[in-house]
This record gives sequence, structure tokens and C-alpha cells, in this order.
Amino acid sequence: MAFTFAAFCYMLSLVLCAALIFFAIWHIIAFDELRTDFKSPIDQGNPGHARERLRNIERICFLLRKVSARAALVLPEYSIHSLFCIMFLCAQEWLTLGLNVPLLFYHFWRYFHCPADSSELAYDPPAVMNADTLSYCQKEAWCKLAFYLLSFFYYLYCMIYTLVSS
Amino acid sequence: MSAPAGSPPRAAGARSQPKLGGAAASGAAAGPGPAPPPQNGPAQNQMPVPSAYELYSQSYSIPSGHHFQGPGKMTSLPLDGQCGDYYSGFYTASTQNAVTPKTTHQPPGAEQVYGRLLPAPHSAGSTPECFQGAASPASHLYVSASQPSSSFVNHYSGPAMYSASSSAVSQGFPSTCGHYAVSTVSNAVYPSVSYPSLPAGEPYGQQMFTSQNASTVRPVRDNSFSSQNTALSRPSPLPPPPPQQYHQQHSLSGYSIPSWSASGPPSAQDNLIRNHAGSLPPANNNPTNTVADSLSCPVTQNVQPPKSSPVVSTAVSAASSARLPPTANHLVEPVASVTQPSELLQQKGIDSSSTTSSASPLPNSYDALEGGGYPDMLSSSASSPAPDPAPEPDPSPAPVPTAPQPSKVAKPFGYGYPTLQPGYQNAAAPLHSGGQPSPGYSGFQQYAQQYPGMNQLSSSLGGLSLQSAAQPESLRPVNLTQERNILPVTPVLAPVPNLNLELKKLNCSPDSFRCTLTNIPQTQALLTKAKLPLGLLLHPFRDLTQLPVITSNTIVRCRSCRTYINPFVSFIDQRRWKCNLCYRVNDVPEEFMYNPLTRSYGEPHKRPEVQNSTVEFIASSDYMLRPPQPAVYLFVLDVSHNAVEAGYLTILCQSLLENLDKLPGDSRTRIGFVTFDSTIHFYNLQDGLSQPQMLIVSDIDDVFLPTPDSLLVNLHESKELIKDLLNALPNMFTNTRETHSALGPALQAAFKLMSPTGGRVSVFQTQLPSLGAGLLQSREDPNQRSSTKVVQHLGPATDFYKKLALDCSGQQTAVDLFLLSSQYSDLSSLACMSKYSAGCIYYYPSFHSTHNPSQAEKLQNELKRYLTRKIGFEAVMRIRCTKGLSMHTFHGNFFVRSTDLLSLANINPDAGFAVQLSIEESLADTSLVCFQTALLYTSSKGERRIRVHTLCLPVVSSLADVYAGVDVQAAICLLANMAVDRSISTSLSDARDALVNAVVDSLSAYSSTVSNIQHSVLIAPSSLKLFPLYVLALLKQKAFRTGTSTRLDDRVYAMCQIKCQPLVHLMKMIHPNLYRIDRLMDEGAIHVNDRVVPQPPIQKLSAEKLTREGAFLMDCGCVFYIWVGKSCDNTFIEDVLGYPNFASIPQKMTHLPELDTLSSERTISFITWLRDSRPLSPVLYVVKDESPAKTEFFQHLIEDRTEAAFSYYEFLLHIQQQICK
Repeated sequence: MAFTFAAFCYMLSLVLCAALIFFAIWHIIAFDELRTDFKSPIDQGNPGHARERLRNIERICFLLRKVSARAALVLPEYSIHSLFCIMFLCAQEWLTLGLNVPLLFYHFWRYFHCPADSSELAYDPPAVMNADTLSYCQKEAWCKLAFYLLSFFYYLYCMIYTLVSS
Repeated sequence: MSAPAGSPPRAAGARSQPKLGGAAASGAAAGPGPAPPPQNGPAQNQMPVPSAYELYSQSYSIPSGHHFQGPGKMTSLPLDGQCGDYYSGFYTASTQNAVTPKTTHQPPGAEQVYGRLLPAPHSAGSTPECFQGAASPASHLYVSASQPSSSFVNHYSGPAMYSASSSAVSQGFPSTCGHYAVSTVSNAVYPSVSYPSLPAGEPYGQQMFTSQNASTVRPVRDNSFSSQNTALSRPSPLPPPPPQQYHQQHSLSGYSIPSWSASGPPSAQDNLIRNHAGSLPPANNNPTNTVADSLSCPVTQNVQPPKSSPVVSTAVSAASSARLPPTANHLVEPVASVTQPSELLQQKGIDSSSTTSSASPLPNSYDALEGGGYPDMLSSSASSPAPDPAPEPDPSPAPVPTAPQPSKVAKPFGYGYPTLQPGYQNAAAPLHSGGQPSPGYSGFQQYAQQYPGMNQLSSSLGGLSLQSAAQPESLRPVNLTQERNILPVTPVLAPVPNLNLELKKLNCSPDSFRCTLTNIPQTQALLTKAKLPLGLLLHPFRDLTQLPVITSNTIVRCRSCRTYINPFVSFIDQRRWKCNLCYRVNDVPEEFMYNPLTRSYGEPHKRPEVQNSTVEFIASSDYMLRPPQPAVYLFVLDVSHNAVEAGYLTILCQSLLENLDKLPGDSRTRIGFVTFDSTIHFYNLQDGLSQPQMLIVSDIDDVFLPTPDSLLVNLHESKELIKDLLNALPNMFTNTRETHSALGPALQAAFKLMSPTGGRVSVFQTQLPSLGAGLLQSREDPNQRSSTKVVQHLGPATDFYKKLALDCSGQQTAVDLFLLSSQYSDLSSLACMSKYSAGCIYYYPSFHSTHNPSQAEKLQNELKRYLTRKIGFEAVMRIRCTKGLSMHTFHGNFFVRSTDLLSLANINPDAGFAVQLSIEESLADTSLVCFQTALLYTSSKGERRIRVHTLCLPVVSSLADVYAGVDVQAAICLLANMAVDRSISTSLSDARDALVNAVVDSLSAYSSTVSNIQHSVLIAPSSLKLFPLYVLALLKQKAFRTGTSTRLDDRVYAMCQIKCQPLVHLMKMIHPNLYRIDRLMDEGAIHVNDRVVPQPPIQKLSAEKLTREGAFLMDCGCVFYIWVGKSCDNTFIEDVLGYPNFASIPQKMTHLPELDTLSSERTISFITWLRDSRPLSPVLYVVKDESPAKTEFFQHLIEDRTEAAFSYYEFLLHIQQQICK
């Protein structure tokens, strides 16, 4: 029973993983909100509604923007996940690292693949409402939620294991 | 299905006579005819006819062309004919549909006319009816009713035909132009016309047979016929049809009517009759043709027919009753003939045929008819055919496979011709127009002669007939590598969905609403197997000449999905209707029970909403939460040194001054001006000032409005000040030394100015924005222009313009961009301001008002159109579709506000949209799917209006049917849109690969699943035969080409065009039309507004078609080239170009002089006609054979090889290679 660096990594990961789960849930809610629209045509014809709706979409997209002083969600998520990877690398937890690397690469790709050359947005407001883009984003969010949940329990197990075994 | 059986015979035929097969294929396309010679001959003799004839020729043509040909040919022909018939049927059907839709749009009278006119062509189209159930009933009907009347009818029709033809000749052009004209042209035309109808009949007959064997197909045709008929008859919808028929019959001959009535399915029969009648009437009524012309106006291709219809309208209505019957008769006869084959059918068919008059009865009638009917027929023109029918019956029995034989027989008899013709007409109407008269007659004779032969052949034909019946024209396999003339000589028309007559006539015009697959696959799996894109192409705000506008307190909509009531809903009883999108049962409101048109009560199904698939509602106050906005126009003008040097201000101010009173709007219209260089200038135009006041804001980092009011002023109150300003503007900045451009801040100012009201901002920019927010750097590397590898910077450099556009969109403001630039201006970034605010983009490369006068003139013309065209404000467009289908990606200029709702700050008549669809649930429990677009907008007069289009398409479960219904043009346009997205999101080379793969996948899927032909040859269904050609054209289009020096802005502009141009205009950009114009003839010409517009055949885009002795016109959508060969006839150069010889033609010539010669008049009227109704005014360049400018021209010859790209043939080989892998 020893408090190794690996054990510390897992404990920290456990806490941060909870934050990631929160981010994923937030994404799901945001996209669901985007998808839902009022069915009343009268509302849709209403310019006031149009503005409100547009602001809503932009707000959500901006919340998901990569870099921001305000409530940016994407960058913290990506950086937390990158931190995991670095920690596990240092702790020489190869299996755990291996499990996280694919997502890390995906995040890099997602981060550098943006709508405009100098874009700050990870999600493009004009494109995000296209049904296939939206469903892609939703799927992405659900998959991440599942991944984070599983890794949460995996970290818990590993933490206990390292604590006990050493 | 029957197809398989049929296909083998065809295949056999094709193999035995590859050329013939090829010819046939080509015929379908362009009507090369059985033999090349026919083409030439026919073409020359019967210009228009040739194509049609040729097509026919395969089946018919043989008879007609060689009319008397050997039996062997005859036989082969019949087969072809059958195929042709089917095909034609399909085609015609499509045409009919197309026509009908137009008609629908038009006023009832006009519509009717159209329908009638159309019918004639349709008659051919009627074959399509075969498709479905209706067909079978129709056939039965035919059978029962037709006999007696049929003969009579035939006779009648014959006469009618004649009259029609004569009239048609005169009128003909306008409408279907070629097609009609051809028919009209001569009796020959009639024959053809009648034939078409006959073919239809044949189909029926086939159906009859098939019904025994496989009735479905034919029935469909019948339906289509009927639909066509109905379409024609439109005035009297389904219910009316019977009456009409009766009338027609009466007018024609009482007989037919009774017979029809007897038939019961009467509607179908009626429809058929109507169709027939309709067709005849058109022919008869030259006036009608004129009417059609008027109608045609809306759409060029379609337009033509419509035009004729307009004329017809008056005459049509009258004539229709009388004439229609005749046509009907003709049509019927063919049908009858078909039926005849089957003995039982024969009897019935005879009866029916007699009743139907021409269609089915032929065989039956033959015997009986021969005695009576034939004479009549002969006398009329159709007589000869009639006799044939008689023989047919005999043959038919022999063929035992009665069904097939009969149909075949019938077809051969010339009935087939009719059908073919229609199809052809659809495909190549122009041709018909050409040599109609003489051919027609001769054709008849030939037919007569042939008929005997036909009878003999009938047995063989019968066998074939099955095949043909089974295989619609659109499924005919075409060997692409052996088909030299794949391109039809007449414009390609949209295929008609395989619906029954009523639905067909009600369906939305393909000009407004097209689907890439006119037969919707039942499941996503089937769609995936077909490897074809599924999507819609919309042109929702198109200028329409006829549009039913409905004012009512309650707009009837489904309570659950909010669908507007439309012609495809079903009424469960008088009080309830069932939504066709979500299947919910709704109540019919009390107000809807009263029909304001007929002033009758209790007939909700006759309300205009239920009779027209395109309607416009005046919305009540429920549809607005603020008062409708006034029309507000703001002009944001670049006045930096560069802009002043280019001199666009003079042209703009001049155009504005001229069109100030024509700006759409009411008394509340407001207008404002902002100019900018490195600072922003506002103009106070408040009424009461003695002169315009310029206010300069130099703080571009934090733009503010110098005065809150009086920058946007009422147009009427401040008109004098506005005029003063416009007169002064061009000279105000002549000495400016400011080279910077603060576009971003100017746009922010414009946004602030427009926020309270919304409206339209027109931005004129001449260089890269270099100051303030949104400044851009040059990203283009000129050395990479001709790179074959990577094309970079297709996406925006910054989000600024996109974000601004979204803000604007939220405030109901659209930004239109006019980019007049001689250097790189980063259009890919600037275009975002229009893309997401539903604006439009105009680009004038190397614009200079004096150095480049053609661009200046183009700007002038386009400004005129831009300033005066219709406009809708604060619009939203919602697209709904039947449960099970879902939309995913949208293409066009708009902001997607919800998964099926597009937010359009402005809507203009030149905007097109595309939507990709997927099938989420199986559609097995429904036979029809519907799509509805509803466009809610505020008109410039401050009215809230909703324009609703509804399209109805059949659902199919077999892969073959999916291929049969491909609309290749729509598919290409959708693919182009998808490829643009792909280029921007990944890379250009990826997009190009995807385009090639689209062809490879669909053709290999076809050859592996549908056709059983060996893989060593490249086979495509006839409906897809142009697919590789169009994809090759796309690969060589500016947007996607590599290896050729293309400026980045040019490329991006081409992509913007692909995204927002409606299909008709886009197709010309993708695949230009080439015409030979040094010997334009009036044959086959159409009449437009009292002008005779010649209709030269379309040549394929290959240098092999260019001869030094000729002059050619290439219509590239936004550019016209006239290429003059070195040895071009001096009389042409002198008469048309106004120079004595080739050497004296200047290098830069952009105008044709108005000379007082016939050929000049013809050329100019042709070019003017091509120019009409285009959003982008084409520039005309006269290109001499030896001038350096010819490379531009030769770039568009897409079938030829270039250093960097395949020739068409090489491309086919490449595809074949890919398939074999």
C-alpha cells in the first residue's frame, strides 16, 4: 500500500473525469436544444422569433468555441483530456495511455479543422443546423459521454488496484 | 417483370444490329434514327422531325423513314418501336407532366390549353401511363368503349390531325415547338402525333396484354396518358374529363364518347380521350400553340410549349372539345391496337378502341375499322394506320403472347410512332418542328404500307412488345462507348414521374421543383444499392405568369405537421381530409366548403388549393408579429481610387436613375447610400434639405451612425435629393487618392442602419478590404493557378463576414455583393456575407467601364434586372416531406434555422436551392410520397404571402424502376452542389474523385444488378446515358477543373453559382449548348411575341462538329460565343456580322448589328430569345477561327481532349476500367 505517482494520477483523473462528463452532458443538452424547434409556423414567420432563434444558435456555438474569455467549453475539455494523457505518460501507465490516445488525436484533428482559416469556432453556426451535421455532433457527444463514463470507472478501478497492489 | 423478357429481345436486336441499337439509343437521345442517313435526311427534310423521327425510326422510323422497308427491318423496328413506345411514353409522360405543371400555374384556360397542347405530344407520353394501375383500367376502358368510336375517332382524329397539323405548323413552334410544330407541320406531324397517341394506345394494349401477363406496366402508361389527357383537359379535372371526353367525342364523333362512357374507367379513357383530343386540339389550334408560347415564356424549354398553349387557349377550349376528340381517337387507336393483340382484349380492345377511337382499338378497329375507320383514317391522314391495325389483330393472335404482340403491333402501326414521337418530342422537340409536314404525310403512307408488313412482323413484334412493354424507354440499355451521338439535338426535358393521369396533371412544374429520382426507392437500402444521389432542386420564387392567389381567412393546414392542403391529400368524406405527409385526418373547415371559383358549396375538392400544386396564399395577420416591413434598399459603394478608376459608379448611378421608379415597393419604400474608402461617408437625404449632405465618419474601429434618422429616407419624399446625389456621385471622388478600403466597418455601419427594419444591402466592392475589421490578405499564389494537385483557400479566411451575415440574417437584412475587381479580392471570404444572409453574388472580373465595354454592358443589364425584379422580404422557407423521408443537407444561400427551416432575409426570383434527402423509414406502406415547400415572405407591397409548391412522386421497390426514373440533370446539379461542399471541407481533388466515383458506382451498380449484359461493355440505362457526359463537363467546369489556369476568384465564383443558380441556368453553365447558326431556317421555329425564333439542333460539344464553312453559337449560360470559321460563307458574314469578309471581322466584337436581312433577323431573334429571362445577362463574343480568344471557346468543347483532361471517349474508357476493377 503505497501512494505512488500513478495512484495520484488516477485520483486526479477521477475528479477531472467527472468534469468531462459534465461537459459531455452539456453538449448533449445544447445540441438537443438546437434540434428542437417550435412547430408553429406562426412562430417561425415571426421576425422576433427569428432573431431569438439565431441568437440561441450563436450562443450555443460560441459556448462551444475553442478559445474564449467567457464560457468556452471546448478548449477546457480538450486540455483536460490532454492533461490526462501527459500524466499517464509520465506515470508510465501505457495501457491507460493507449486507451486515451485515439481520442487525443481526434481532439487535435477537431481543433485544427475549422470552418475558416482563423476561426475561433469549433462549430459553424450556418452549418450546424444541417441535419447531418447536427446528428453527427449529437453522436459525437453521446459517444464521448459513454467513453468518459467508462473511463471514470476504469480510473476508479485502476486507482484502487495501484493503491492495493503497491 | 415484363422488362426482363423485353430486354432480351432488345438486347438481341441491339446486338444483331449494334448500330441500330446504337441508333435507337441515340434516337432516344437525339434520334439518330436507325441509320445515320436518316438523320441527315430527316433532319434536313424534316428538321425537327429527324430527331423525333429518328427515335421513332428505331421503331417507327424504319417505316417512316424507309417506310416501306423490308420486313426484317420492320420487325426489328417494331421491337425498337415498342421500346421506343415505352420510352416515348415515359418521355412524353414526363413532358406532359412538365407541361401540365406549367399549365397548372397558368390560368385555367391557359392551362387547359396547355394540357391540350401537351396532350398531343403527350399522346406519346401517354405511354407512360402504362406505369401504373390506372393503365389497366384505362386499357379496359379502352377496350370496352373504344371500338366503334375508335374507328370513327380515328377518322376524326385523322382530320383533326390534319387540321391540327396545319394549324400546328403555323403555330407549332411556339409550343413544343419542334414537337408540335413537326406534327403540325404536316400531316406527317399528325401522323406522328396521332401515332404518339396510338402508341399510348399500344401501351394500353400492352397493358391489356400485360394485364394478363403484367398489366401494371401498361396500365401505368394508360394512366400517364390519361393523366396527360387530364392535364390537357385540366380545366375539367378528373370529373370534368368524362364530360370533356364526351364533348370531345361529341365534337369529334358521338361514337367515341358513348364508348368511353361505357368504358366506365371512363376517367382513364376520358383522360386518354382527352389527351388525344388534347393533343389534337393543340395541333388543330395553332392559336393554342401561340398560347403555349405565352406559357412557355416562364420556362424556356417548357416555355415553348406553354407559349403555344396560350394561343391555343382560346382556340383550345373551343377546339379542344372538338379537336381533342380527334386526338383522343388517334391515341385511342393505338391503344386499341394494343389491346387487340390479345384476342379477348382484342374484342374489348376493339370496342374500347373504337370508343377510344384510336388507341387500343386499332387491331379491333382494323377489321371493323378498316371498313369504316380506315377510310376515314386515310381520308384524314391516319387512315393508313387504321388499316394496319386490322392486320395487326391477326398477327397478334399469332404471337400468342398476345399481349406483347398486340402492343408491338399496335406500336408498329404507327401508333407506336405517336408514342415515340411524344417521347422524342420531349427529348427533341425541335427536330420535329423541322420537317414535319412532308414527313408526316409520307410517314402516314409509309405507315400504311408498313402496316401490312407490320402485321406480318407483328408476331415478331409481339415478342418484342413484351420486352418493350416491360422496359420503359428510360431503361433501354445504351452502350455508351459505341454511341457516338449521345446528346439529343433538342433540349433535355425533365422526366415525368410515373403517376396516374390525374396526379400527373396536378403535379408541380419541374421548373420549380425537381427530384433527382422521379421514382423514390422504398428503402434506404435500395437507394444505397442504386448509388444515386437523392435530393430536391427548388426554384421556389420563380417568375410565374400564372399563379392562383388565394385570399381566405383560414388557410387549411394539417393540425399535426402543419402541411398546407394540396392536390394530393385525400378527402375521406366531405368533412374530413387526410394529410398526405403525416396521414393525420383533419376536419375541413366550414369556410373551405364554399368554392369561390364556382360559387358552389360542398365541393372542397374543387377549391383552387386542391386543384393546383403551386398556389399562393395571402396570409392573415396570424402570420406576422410585426407589421410587414417596408422595402428598404441600402447601397454601400466603394469609392476608393481603384473603384473610381474602374468607373462603375457612372453605370450604377445611371441605372439607378433610370430604374428609381421601378424599384419594387410601395409608398413606404426607403433608400439610403453609404460610400467608403478609408473612411465611411453617409448621406443625409432628409426631405427639406436643399442638397444632399455628406457626413464622414473616420473612426472605423468603432463605427457609429452620425444621425439616427434621415440616412434611410423615403424614396418618394426625397426623390429629388436622391436624384441630385446620383447625378453628383460619379464625379465626387474623381480626384481621390485614397487607395484603402474599409469594407468591414462600412458593413457594420450598414448593419446598424438596417437593423430596425431589415431589407436589402447592395455592396459594391472593387478590391481586397484593407482596413478595419474584416481586412483580408491576398492568399492566392498565381503559380498555383494551374496546379493539378492542391487548390487551397477555397474556404473563408476569416469568420468576420460570416458572423456579420448571420447578424444581418437575424435582422432580416440580406447583403448582395457586386465584386468588380481586376485583381484577387478573396471572393471566398467576401462571399460569406451573401451566402448566409440569403443574398446574391455578382462578379465582374477585370471590370473597366471603358477598357472592357462588354463587362460594363453586362453590369448594366444585370443591374437593370437586379433593381427591378421581384423581391420578398423577411422570408422563411420550410420544406416538408412524407413521413419516412428526411432532409439533411441544404444548398443555396440562406441560414438554416432549424432542421427543415431556411431563414431567408430576402428571396429573389433567381435563387435556386437544393436539398439532400435520406430515407429513414421504409416507405413500403405507401405508394406515393409528397414534398411541400412553403415560402412565407413579405412582398414589396407589404403583403404577407405564402407560396406553396407540392410535388408528388411514386414509390418503387425495384432497382430497375429506380433507374428508370432518374432525372439526370437534377442529379448532376445536386452532385455539383455536393462537390462544392466537399471541395471546401476537404479538397478539390477529393471532390473530383467523388464525382467520378458517382458515375462509376451508379453504372456498375446498374450493370451488376439490372442489366444482364456482360461487363465488357459500358452500359447505362437510357435515363442515365448523359450522366458520364455531364460529369465530365463538371470536371471541366471552372469550379472543379485542374491543370488549366483558373484564377481563384473565378473558381470560387463558379462554386457560388453552382450553389445558388436554379437548375435551368446551372445546366447551361455545366454543359453549354452549341448551335450552328450560319444557316438558320424557319423550319421548326417557334413564335415568341410575334417573332419567329428558329430552333437549330443542338450539336455536341466537340471540335469535330465545327466546320470551317460554318458559324456556331455557344450558349454557356453567362457567355455567348459566336465562332466564325475561316471559310465561312461571306454572305453570312455580311448579312449577320456586317463585314464584307472574314478578314475584316475585328478581333473584339461583342455586338451583332441589326441588319435588314433575313438571316440577321433570324440570328438576332434567336439570340434574344436565348437571352430572355436569364438572371445573368450573357456577354456575346464573336470569336474568329484564328484569334487568340478561341482558346476560351475551345475550353468549352468538353468532349474533346485537353492537355489536362480526358476526352469524352477516354473518360468512358476510364470509367469502364474503374468498373472492371
